Amino acid sequence: MSTEQNWTDICHFNDLVDNSGVCALVKEQQVAIFKVLEKGQAHFYAISNWDPIGKANVLYRGLIGSVADKTVIISPLYKQRYCLTSGECLDDEARKVSVYDVRVEGDKVQLAVA
Amino acid sequence: MSANTVNIVVVGNGMVGHHFVEQITNHGKTDPSIIYKVTVLSAEPRLAYDRVHLSEYFSGKTADDLALTTPAQYEALGVDFHLDAAVVDIDKLGKFVKTKSGQVFAYDKLIMATGSYPFVPPIEGNDQPHCLVYRTIEDLEDISASAKVSKTGVVVGGGLLGLEAANALREAGLETHVVEFAPQLMAVQVDTGGGRLLKDKIEALGVQVHTQKATQRIEAGQTSRYRMCFADGDFLETDMILFSAGIRPQDTLARQYEIKIGERGGIVVDNHCLTSEPDIYAIGECALWNNFIFGLVAPGYTMARAAASHITGGDVEFLGADMSTKLKLMGVEVGSIGDAHARIPGAQTYIYENQPDGVYKKMVVNHEQSVLLGAVLVGDTGDYDTLLQYALNGIDLPEHPESLILPASGDAPAVGLGADALPETATICSCHNVSKGDIIAAFDGGACDLASVKSCTKASTGCGGCSALLKTVVDSELGKRGVEVKKDICEHFAYSRQELYHMVKVGKIQSFDELIEKHGHGLGCEICKPAVGSIMASVWNDFVLEKPHVALQDTNDTYLGNMQKNGTYSVVPRIAGGEITPDKLIVLGQVAKKYNLYTKVTGGQRIDLFGARVEQLPPIWEALIAAGFETGHAYAKSLRTVKSCVGNTWCRYGVQDSVGQAIDLENRYKGLRAPHKIKFGVSGCTRECAEAQSKDIGVIATENGWNLYVCGNGGMKPRHADLFATDLDDATLVKYIDRVLMFYVATADRLQRTSVWLENLEGGLGYLQDVVINDSLGLGEELEQQMQHIKDTYQCEWKTAIEDESSRKRFRQFVNSEESDKNVVFVQERAQIRPATEAELETLAKSGKGTEQIIDVVELA
Repeated sequence: MSTEQNWTDICHFNDLVDNSGVCALVKEQQVAIFKVLEKGQAHFYAISNWDPIGKANVLYRGLIGSVADKTVIISPLYKQRYCLTSGECLDDEARKVSVYDVRVEGDKVQLAVA
Repeated sequence: MSANTVNIVVVGNGMVGHHFVEQITNHGKTDPSIIYKVTVLSAEPRLAYDRVHLSEYFSGKTADDLALTTPAQYEALGVDFHLDAAVVDIDKLGKFVKTKSGQVFAYDKLIMATGSYPFVPPIEGNDQPHCLVYRTIEDLEDISASAKVSKTGVVVGGGLLGLEAANALREAGLETHVVEFAPQLMAVQVDTGGGRLLKDKIEALGVQVHTQKATQRIEAGQTSRYRMCFADGDFLETDMILFSAGIRPQDTLARQYEIKIGERGGIVVDNHCLTSEPDIYAIGECALWNNFIFGLVAPGYTMARAAASHITGGDVEFLGADMSTKLKLMGVEVGSIGDAHARIPGAQTYIYENQPDGVYKKMVVNHEQSVLLGAVLVGDTGDYDTLLQYALNGIDLPEHPESLILPASGDAPAVGLGADALPETATICSCHNVSKGDIIAAFDGGACDLASVKSCTKASTGCGGCSALLKTVVDSELGKRGVEVKKDICEHFAYSRQELYHMVKVGKIQSFDELIEKHGHGLGCEICKPAVGSIMASVWNDFVLEKPHVALQDTNDTYLGNMQKNGTYSVVPRIAGGEITPDKLIVLGQVAKKYNLYTKVTGGQRIDLFGARVEQLPPIWEALIAAGFETGHAYAKSLRTVKSCVGNTWCRYGVQDSVGQAIDLENRYKGLRAPHKIKFGVSGCTRECAEAQSKDIGVIATENGWNLYVCGNGGMKPRHADLFATDLDDATLVKYIDRVLMFYVATADRLQRTSVWLENLEGGLGYLQDVVINDSLGLGEELEQQMQHIKDTYQCEWKTAIEDESSRKRFRQFVNSEESDKNVVFVQERAQIRPATEAELETLAKSGKGTEQIIDVVELA
């Protein structure tokens, strides 16, 4: 399905920070993009920047961590943990944040936002 | 249905009277069917205070510090109280009492808690102006006033209280003498051998001791104000005389109204503390039980409990009390247990004396050498807890009982008494009557560590003498429950913060990745990452936004500001000591105005600016730094503020420059990363306007220098700081603070404030003093060097951040747009901004504008 997607250029690869996040504004949506080094390899994740519990656009300023084998972002406001792959909140089953596709093409970081 | 009311009148509001009030009002809470209406009539001008620690008044404590309660607390308990209300009349038939001002109070139950008064020997001339006693705060005020116009002071009486009083005079700076009628000091508690050593030790501290002296006359002196003439023809000249020759029960009132009195005074009571009159009880030092007056607070408390229990239908009785004591007199340790003088027929003794080290220990055992009857310890009371448990519980002595007091030699382990050997009835804390069984019950009720056992049983929160024993019992109980005391910081590291600290320091580990690769697993979390970030900063003091550290910090540290509820930040420049120039004040105002920030003066004597968007932080700080400000570290677990009063520069009462000291201290310790935030206070005199005793580090000026207090806390769980050292000069003050803080940084748990750290530190305050003042671990210099390194490598993180382009880039809302976050909406309130509430955001959305279209500030109707 990714072939059908509409990839948008976001920023330069060097704008990303190891094991941390930045935020992009795409079609009036705020998307948090993370670069995580896992066992020496870089992985990229993108989720909605809106913290549904803290009710503010802050998730990109959270801490990255792991819970068992899940890679998570920890909200800077009230410390709920969200799985970067599924968007699920590990501390509140009823909550979930949107997940976006992200990739690096050459030196460009690209997002697929509907 | 109406409850029955019982009118209880308590005459006297000393420690024991107050304890009774606490007991009876507490009972009222659990049984609402009867209302106990309590009236307290106190002859003193203030409510109950701590007489046990009275001498601390001279080392900086105030009457308020010594207070055990406040009018507000009594009001909250529904207690009707009257001060300066000495009772002068009891009508036993009509059941009412009358005070000196003529007020009448009816009672159903009357509690006599009138205490005692100091005995002044019938010496000619004992009623002159500078002949004083030592019992109440008013007495202390008199002593203080007299000390100011005196050079020499004499305490008449070499007992426990007399030596306390002598210490007070010494602290007040007088040349101090003790005159004792008996051949030795503390003749009640200590035997001849112990008394001899005690005298040597006290004289070595500069207090002159004169034993076997009977004063006959006090006349005008030739070189001093008075001359004391002794029976043997000698004399001693002095400017003031303090009588501390024992106490007498305050039983005048009872005597007048024919309540039964003992032959040598004291209101006769039974096991319920009931006097010869039905409905009249006597408790504390005015009560005579089994022909004995108990002049200690613990038995008085037990009496209070017995009387309250009898009134409320309980079964607690007073069955005598153990008079064993352990105390520190002018730094000299003294302990006395049971039959210290070996008066029990058949008693045998073991004595160990080490003159070079100034240690004397004696054990008194029964004829069969199987039971400990008593003990005397001078110079080293380390064995006190163990010996006391042997004596109180009749535990069988080991085969060679002397091993209990002999120093451990070679590889023979020191003989201690394991917690398991104690029966459940064994009293661990006698101040609060906590038994080993109570501690086990606390665990059953959910307590899980030393601090929680202390807070729910109150054990070890009185004199603190039982702290080591309590810790042993708690540890043993934890072990028995199979509670593996799990110290793992989180799922990524199977280590405590302290262990991680050692790994970083010893292993010279410079990054989180290196640490987790070597000693942990996974990617880390919100617990271990900031903890390691803080450790790295404490050990290496690198810039927190250096690449390897940036991903470790919690958002507050990463963005060098505290994130507020809507995702904006606070800006808190350092205002050292709370001192700020008008020019700088103007700059703060200008910056706040330009960026439309909310401003508030905080409890830490600085000015916070709220509502800065992440992308506004660099230009705001640029403006502030240009005006000479630097970061205030309000976002970090590090030194926050040093609060100060205005000090002797301006204040009529100040005795030192507290502002100057506060600024120096703030500048020395700013930037130090620690397990938790640290606050200081510096007061220019004992009025304590800077509230230094509620701070992690408190400094209070004295005539001679500075008193240092440590490990206080305000906030959620307030704790008064402990007096750590007195009359320090500037250099020693800084040296001690360096050591205390660095030791805290190295040994505390993650997010553990200094107050909890000290509560959990084995050996408590005494141990910390030993480490810092006596350098018992030989770490002193290293701790100072570490602190010096932190100071030498200090940098204002904001200055470094704005000067570096890549750091600056992090302060962007969007990586691909210059727009602002449109969800940040402010409204006006009291002429300033505040974040819009959820309801307001909804209203705005309904109004058709939609939050996404709303710009900065909107006025809501």
